[in-house]
Amino acid sequence: MSTLNTPNSPQPSARAPTGAEYAINGTFRAVSYGFAGLVALLLAFIVFEIFRLGWPAMSERGLAFITGTIWDPNKNEYGVLPEIWGTIYSSVFGLLIGTVLGVSVAIFLAEGFVANGVFAILSLVGLQYRPFWSSMPERVEMFLKSLIQLLAAIPSVVYGLWGIFVIIPMIRPIGNWLHEGLGWIPFFGTELSGPGIFPAGIVLGIMVLPIITSISYEALVAVPHKLREASYGLGATRWETILAVIVPTAAPGIFGGIILAFGRALGETMALAMLVGGARTISLSLFAPANTLAALIANRFGDANTPADVGLLLYAALVLMVITLIVNMLGSLVLQRIAVKSPTATTKGAKQ
Amino acid sequence: MATDLKAAPGADPFDGINLADLEKSLLRPRNLIGAFLTGTVMVFTFLAIYPLFSVLFAVIARGGEQISLSLFTELPPSAMEADGGIGNAIVGTLVMVGIAALFSVPIGIFGGIFLAEVGPDTKFAQVVRFSAKVLTGFPSVLAGVFAYGVVVLATGQFSAWAGGFALSILMVPVVILTTEDAIRMVPAKMREAAIGMGCTQAQVVRHVLLPTAFPGILTGVMLAISRAAGETAPLLFTALFSNNWLESTTEPTASLAVLIFNFSGSFARNQVQMAWAAALVLVVLVLITNLIAQTLAPKQVRR
Repeated sequence: MSTLNTPNSPQPSARAPTGAEYAINGTFRAVSYGFAGLVALLLAFIVFEIFRLGWPAMSERGLAFITGTIWDPNKNEYGVLPEIWGTIYSSVFGLLIGTVLGVSVAIFLAEGFVANGVFAILSLVGLQYRPFWSSMPERVEMFLKSLIQLLAAIPSVVYGLWGIFVIIPMIRPIGNWLHEGLGWIPFFGTELSGPGIFPAGIVLGIMVLPIITSISYEALVAVPHKLREASYGLGATRWETILAVIVPTAAPGIFGGIILAFGRALGETMALAMLVGGARTISLSLFAPANTLAALIANRFGDANTPADVGLLLYAALVLMVITLIVNMLGSLVLQRIAVKSPTATTKGAKQ
Repeated sequence: MATDLKAAPGADPFDGINLADLEKSLLRPRNLIGAFLTGTVMVFTFLAIYPLFSVLFAVIARGGEQISLSLFTELPPSAMEADGGIGNAIVGTLVMVGIAALFSVPIGIFGGIFLAEVGPDTKFAQVVRFSAKVLTGFPSVLAGVFAYGVVVLATGQFSAWAGGFALSILMVPVVILTTEDAIRMVPAKMREAAIGMGCTQAQVVRHVLLPTAFPGILTGVMLAISRAAGETAPLLFTALFSNNWLESTTEPTASLAVLIFNFSGSFARNQVQMAWAAALVLVVLVLITNLIAQTLAPKQVRR
């Protein structure tokens, strides 16, 4: 022990842990095991509990609940097919908007367009290498990135409020113009009277955009530099490089992000409950009001007085959970696969 | 080519090459397409950021005129009542987010420590990590249904505890994953030095990892809080709403988010205005927590 010490230190600086320290360490490890296990248990418990809650209605109604289109307490007939349709349709439409915008933003931020643009503007005035100004390109890029992240911070209920009072009045003329001109296309088949898939999908797209952007950004930045440089070396332009080399290489990551965003969109509740219109119709028209599973649960729960009413909503929750769990697990698996693959790819690259 | 150059030293290597062809010109289709795509991506980026400013503008313009002292000290108005405020909803939101943090922060931090330090490569850790990732994308409405089944049905009443419990389910995965990342970013030589001094694992965590990773962990906690504060769907099933001041945590509790939802569909103008005022308060609350989180976030080293 004493041989380890430097000559001038009176006290040993390194020593074996005491018994008490071992005991604390043991407790600490046990607690951390326990709390980590709690998280895994929580997921299992949630899945179990929602199955348990939905079970009575499920055993009573069976598959007719999923395939039925009528919700009529007088006839004692209940079905959520319109809600399932609305959930998937609004999510796909929202995802389309979110993907187009989100991937564009990711390319814009990851491929240095911002930095180059700012640099070009600065060089017009000759400031590009001055102490403060030289960091501007990077700063502007960071600023844009945090603005996109702030989009994710705004609560969905605020998006809903904004959708009702700002988006719907804004897009109603556009929607009706499309309906008048192109009404023969099923997507524009009805008039946009107010709430519907179209405004709901727009807001949904904005809400999933930050997830798609941040995951795509990570994937684009992770593309090895030599691929890019090889492409430039062969004489490709910047956009030819992006479209033919960088995006295809990053595609698995972008795809994983899109699936995760799809899971979010399916489960999103408040914005849809406020914007989708709550109509039980199955229509291809984007301007028709519709309903979603989450919106059904949120809107009807307040009026559900009897245990049987609540049971129906719990069954609807079960259906929603099964759909979102499948989509989410797929997304996580895709992303995990890439995360496992990529480190080996980079070490291989370093060796060569 | 190389032999050519050798054969005639001093000759112009660009002889016979039209240099104008090598200049970038928008007349060529490939450059034109590139410029067009650059423009498109710029427009899309603008379109993506526009909603942020539009929401902020709407919330400030419509909610701003409601700001007064009574907004914070009075109870929500009924349909045609002139004054009123959202005092009880602010208190309710703070209390429930506090309860949620009480549950989720210890679990999340210890869980994150486990994932990063105690057993990072075990099968068990993979299961925990996967569960946490699935939980981050878990629909908040289902967290509410779960808390309804576990707390509300068991205790027989809607309460702030049930609301806080539902919110904590949404906070745990955020805290656990950001804690793991923050601890993993601590340089390996720091923890190895501590181990070399004879530290137990608990001491390494307590004296080296936690202090170093603290900003990152705090970022995660702040992000989780800001997410929980804006959640509405879980509260519909657990805390419900109340028009009175919060007297005990075992009764239905008001919250800003549910107030916005309830009043947004109101026919009465004053209630809609109250919803905008609540939205302003909520957005300010959430954005401030978020900005603090972003400034605390450790700068990642890239490339």
